[in-house]
Amino acid sequence: MVHLSWYIFLSAALFSIGLYGVLARKNAIAILLGVELMLNAANINLVSFWRYGNNALMGGQVFSIIVFAVAAAEVAVGLALVIAVYRSRNTIVADELDLLKW
Amino acid sequence: MTAEQIIFFLTGALILVSALMVVTTRNLVHAALWLVSTLFGVAVLFASLDATFLAVVQVVVYIGAIAILFIFAVMLTRRNLLDKVPQTNAGWPWAALVAISAFAGLVFLVGQMPNAGAQKNVVFGDPLMALSMALVSPDAYVLAFEVASIMLLAALVGAVYIANRK
Repeated sequence: MVHLSWYIFLSAALFSIGLYGVLARKNAIAILLGVELMLNAANINLVSFWRYGNNALMGGQVFSIIVFAVAAAEVAVGLALVIAVYRSRNTIVADELDLLKW
Repeated sequence: MTAEQIIFFLTGALILVSALMVVTTRNLVHAALWLVSTLFGVAVLFASLDATFLAVVQVVVYIGAIAILFIFAVMLTRRNLLDKVPQTNAGWPWAALVAISAFAGLVFLVGQMPNAGAQKNVVFGDPLMALSMALVSPDAYVLAFEVASIMLLAALVGAVYIANRK
């Protein structure tokens, strides 16, 4: 049998990898890729707690669907911002986007 | 080892290796393709957790829409991508330290969890039917569902406006 903690460990590892990607990557699109990994880790947690808990209550899966919608919205707006920034500054390296740096 | 455990370990290895490639590979198109592999592994996990609808939505929405959107964005901004230079910033050892300590903290917390060794319950009824009823039932999550759909519409209109060439 697969224990609940195995899924949680896997999701913790995926979350940490995504966190590393968000913090260490230079490219703005790569940072968004890291955010996607972290959202997927959260989804694995939600669905596994739904499955191992009282699975007559659908809250875990519904929450996961909301996370899907939030992820789609985040990617659409994020990539639109990246493209708009690329058009005006001709770079998407996060270090070079320092217009607001005092 | 049962078949379920073998599938879990193979899928977990696929997810973690692909995720590591997503955050370490220099070529961003390859990173987006490794993301597809990770998302597919997560879809397999959803199927193994009896969340059939979510497994299909994961493939259709995440792989079919979001990953392809990433590939388009990489191609649209490719002119000075500089695949040859390191793709990490100067503080990457600190980032690795933060990520490893976050993982250690999470593992510690899971060790404290009282029901960490829980077994799967029997699936109650038809989860797909229950999920569809929960999404449209006024007693359950219809408000959250509608708010999410309006948020998605607003975000897409906003994305079109932001990315639109003036």
